[in-house]
Amino acid sequence: MDRLSLMIGNGLVGNDLGAAGLELCLPPAVIRFDADCFIALTGAECRARLDGVALDSGCSATAKSGMTLEFAAAASGARAYLCVAGGIDVPLVLGSRSTDLHTAMGGFQGRMIRRGDVLNILPSLPRKHMASRTAQPLSAGPIRVMAGPEFEEFDPQSRKAFFESRWRVTPQSNRMGYRLEGPTLARMARYELKSHAVFCGLIQVPPGGAPIALMADAHATGGYPRFAMVIAADHGRLAQVAPGGSIQFELCTRKVAVQELRSNLHAH
Amino acid sequence: MPDDIRTYWLSETAAMLETTGASTLDTQRRIWKLAEQFRLRPHVREVVPGMNNLSVELDPAAPHAEDLPDQLREIWSNSSPTTLESRQMDIPVEYGDEAGPDLDEVARHSGLSPADVVRMHCAGLYTVFFLGFLPGFAYLGGLDPRLATPRRRDPRVAVPAGSVGIGGEQTGVYPWTSPGGWQLIGRTSMRLFDSAWASPALLSAGDTVRFVDARDRS
Repeated sequence: MDRLSLMIGNGLVGNDLGAAGLELCLPPAVIRFDADCFIALTGAECRARLDGVALDSGCSATAKSGMTLEFAAAASGARAYLCVAGGIDVPLVLGSRSTDLHTAMGGFQGRMIRRGDVLNILPSLPRKHMASRTAQPLSAGPIRVMAGPEFEEFDPQSRKAFFESRWRVTPQSNRMGYRLEGPTLARMARYELKSHAVFCGLIQVPPGGAPIALMADAHATGGYPRFAMVIAADHGRLAQVAPGGSIQFELCTRKVAVQELRSNLHAH
Repeated sequence: MPDDIRTYWLSETAAMLETTGASTLDTQRRIWKLAEQFRLRPHVREVVPGMNNLSVELDPAAPHAEDLPDQLREIWSNSSPTTLESRQMDIPVEYGDEAGPDLDEVARHSGLSPADVVRMHCAGLYTVFFLGFLPGFAYLGGLDPRLATPRRRDPRVAVPAGSVGIGGEQTGVYPWTSPGGWQLIGRTSMRLFDSAWASPALLSAGDTVRFVDARDRS
């Protein structure tokens, strides 16, 4: 969900950016290492301890065989990423090592990791000189969006209310989409859209008027009106808001969004 | 052919071309052609045909990325409909009863008998316009307008995999168990997607589909 954190973690241990890591959603969890591993933690700050020694988010460390990594409840953010030099040994399915829970495809047996699972690590390449700590994107501040193709079809009060309100990420939210609770958004136009590509970051508004922000496992196509798009640089920050949390949105031009995307790519 | 189109940005790196007016197979054939042309271009990350529209995503580092909407327009204006290499697939369907709990509802809405609904659904030759929604899901054109039935007011939480449904003027098969609002008239045991297949989706854009009443099969 927070691709940037996974990329940063892979970078910290010298992996290709597409290597498989573990996404830990609202830990607690305990992981025991049965071999020496070079690891990095990114994403949510979840007060992890490697054999009792604090390991902060954004840091790498060597986990010796027999050591345990323990996570407490997240202090900030919703998802932590554990990357291991070499990457987790899961098959490449349709060009990806990620798990699709809906179709039980890819990743570790197409499902979430459960207590007692044993994960193998692929051999790692000799490490170049790497930073042992990296600055992570700040999670404070509003989530920036660009106006969507149907933005102007919503009445002016709805457009205003969208940016002035705090939105609650409801518990019905998942990897496919965040259902947002706040003021009802009224569309003035009545025609139905033809099915079209949808993607992570798109904020759709079904006829009921409650927006849905599509996340990493979104459908390929859909047909609801497109109110706004979360800018790519803020996808990870949105993914770090747990269900039950709240967010605010800020309008941003596409020009700024492109600049932010470029600076993210260069920094990592 | 008048070019009633518009193009616009969908994100930092993706743009869309959409046609206005009623959806037609002829326009979709031009969309397929446009998709083919963009797939051959460098720095293109993804090409997604929709219903008489096309979305193209570029690599964030692609040069001249800002020209994408203009390129969509320009290539569209020089494009002509294409016919894709296609196959005809027969999909066996168990209609009605437990496999198709909404068959009676479709019959009632259409003013037909359930047997007539099945007969007319099997009489159609459907064209795959594009794939989307779920892996292996085909958007089919060609439903007899008399069978068009609005989606259910309350979508089901879990439509079983293989369910054959009607949603508005469309018909199709759910490849996976999923939430869904279509009226379910039957179910097929045919597998529509397997990541181990060379081409993971059974159906491709341009293919034609016939539904065959499994009870008539000997």
